[in-house]
Amino acid sequence: MIEIKDLHKSYKMGSNSLHVLKGINFKAEKGELVAIMGSSGSGKSTLLNIIGMLDLADTGEYVLDEVPIKNLSETKAAQYRNKFLGFVFQSFNLINYKNAIENVALPLYYQRVGRKERQEKALNYLDKVGLKEWATHLPSELSGGQKQRVAIARAMAAEPKVLLADEPTGALDSKTSYEVMDLIQNINDEGNTILVVTHEEDIAHMCKRIVHLKDGVIVEDKKVEQVRASEYVQ
Amino acid sequence: MFSRDRWKEILEVLTTNWFRTVLTAFGVFWGIFILLLLLAAGKGLENGIRQDFGDVATNTMFMWTRRTTKAYEGLPKNRNFEFEREDVQIIGDNVPNLRFISPRNQLGGFRSGGNNVVRGLKTGAFDVYGDYPEIINQEPMKVTSGRFINYNDIDSKRKVAVIGQGVRNELYDKGEEVIGTYIRIQGVNFMVVGTYKKNGDDDEIESQKEIYVPFTTFSQAFNYGEEVGWMAITALDGTSISSLKDRIVNVMKTKHKVHPEDTRAIGYFDLYEQFNRVQSLFAGMRWIAIVVGTFVLISGIIGVSNIMLIVVKERTKEIGIRRALGESPWSIRKQVLLESIFLTSISGMAGVSFGSLLIYGINSLLDSSGPVDMFINPSVSVQVVSSALLLLIISGLAAGFIPAQSAIKVRPIEALRNE
Repeated sequence: MIEIKDLHKSYKMGSNSLHVLKGINFKAEKGELVAIMGSSGSGKSTLLNIIGMLDLADTGEYVLDEVPIKNLSETKAAQYRNKFLGFVFQSFNLINYKNAIENVALPLYYQRVGRKERQEKALNYLDKVGLKEWATHLPSELSGGQKQRVAIARAMAAEPKVLLADEPTGALDSKTSYEVMDLIQNINDEGNTILVVTHEEDIAHMCKRIVHLKDGVIVEDKKVEQVRASEYVQ
Repeated sequence: MFSRDRWKEILEVLTTNWFRTVLTAFGVFWGIFILLLLLAAGKGLENGIRQDFGDVATNTMFMWTRRTTKAYEGLPKNRNFEFEREDVQIIGDNVPNLRFISPRNQLGGFRSGGNNVVRGLKTGAFDVYGDYPEIINQEPMKVTSGRFINYNDIDSKRKVAVIGQGVRNELYDKGEEVIGTYIRIQGVNFMVVGTYKKNGDDDEIESQKEIYVPFTTFSQAFNYGEEVGWMAITALDGTSISSLKDRIVNVMKTKHKVHPEDTRAIGYFDLYEQFNRVQSLFAGMRWIAIVVGTFVLISGIIGVSNIMLIVVKERTKEIGIRRALGESPWSIRKQVLLESIFLTSISGMAGVSFGSLLIYGINSLLDSSGPVDMFINPSVSVQVVSSALLLLIISGLAAGFIPAQSAIKVRPIEALRNE
């Protein structure tokens, strides 16, 4: 599903250049649930941004579902993001003057899905994350966990090939974190490919595979026994 | 183009900060309002001055004879000569595109002075003109009672007279019947068949103290023979009299054996040229109104542009999220442009409505309180209003352009980074 070969990325900071990714080789098959771990500055977020087409690599190959990703115009990148990728952020990033269902329907709107179908689909996904009753509430009226669940519903609404989660539990207490991870595991169980960036060990162990980044290179890539988050959720 | 969701969003964005939106809108509102007001005031002044010109046919020249200053064809210089009635025919035959050629004669006024008109015990000094019926088109006046001179009067040399409102006030008592009475002009009795009032001026002014009699009667009664004092010549619409005047003067020079280079023998006054000068003054005023109004409007538009930039800045993160979710740059640009156009159009229309309402109010005030000197019916035409609206849409587009560019420059990763 995702294939990355010899990926380099450096940022220019004034006259200095900061080499963040120093030759990443990485492969993820369909249906995998991968945790990308590393201390801050290890390059894990940069990697996720490149995979998410929010940022461009300097050199190296990136193939997503057999589509080579390179030399993208902004319009094309927007299209690919919309079609291939779903994003979940640490700070939820819901649009605060739109209610839950409108937020979920947003990617569908960019796909030019008709209004009625959009509403139906969005409600359906809200139902999946257990927030059907909260459809008309604004983000400010939701708790952190609920916001993240709306964000996950929004990410899934466009039926992406890969779900990218950047510290999805970073702003949540452990109880809500487990609820969110439970949801992510369920989505993974349905066959979706998911990449989770985290620095929390327990969250990482709820994935099926852990990739350790350090100073811009992958130092460890191992399969793990998945801990079901539902064990912690009453 | 029309999408319910898009418009919903535009309204959501513009109503999040009501106070700011209203203040911004006020800039454009005020600009278009001032523009409209300036144009209307200019128009009012123009209408006022135009009325002072009266409805005088402005495409007109007046022509009279003076002494020759050059000897020619055996005739000496310093020779006196007069236009004659047949000259009218000659000019008409030789110069095309003329509408009226009116020969005129005059008694009284600056030429002789003194009391020349008597009625019973009252006397007065008035200008008495011998005229053809066409003169009413060249020097328009309102016939307030009775009738004006007609061709039957000319043909049968009737001794009839049309008197001005000022003459009436001096020779008659208030409420006295005028039509059918007689006045004596230099010893000859004329029956009054009508009264007139010229536009714009009040009764005391000289132009209301005139008496019009048929040209032929005038010639016979006062021994003018074939003589013509001067001529009022009006060209057809679409031809300026200024372009014809040299030909007319030359025809007369040939007829009266005046040296072709004798520029002083025939005098003339080109009303059209004078009128054009006034016209260009108004054109200048209109330009000033447009320029000043447009600058005020531009400052309003800069305000909109500024606010749109701030809105984009405030929404940087939101735009980043939208980009991450797959909104195309074009769609974001369209959104910003539409917001800007919507804001300018709405506030502009409010300005146009308010301006029109005020102009309407001023008009009805002017109507009810009577005329004001040199200011009549301030107004703006539909063309001006519609081009103002077009201007608003274009300027909304212009105002939104820079903010829209800065919106699509937002890179999602940078927008999402600052948390």
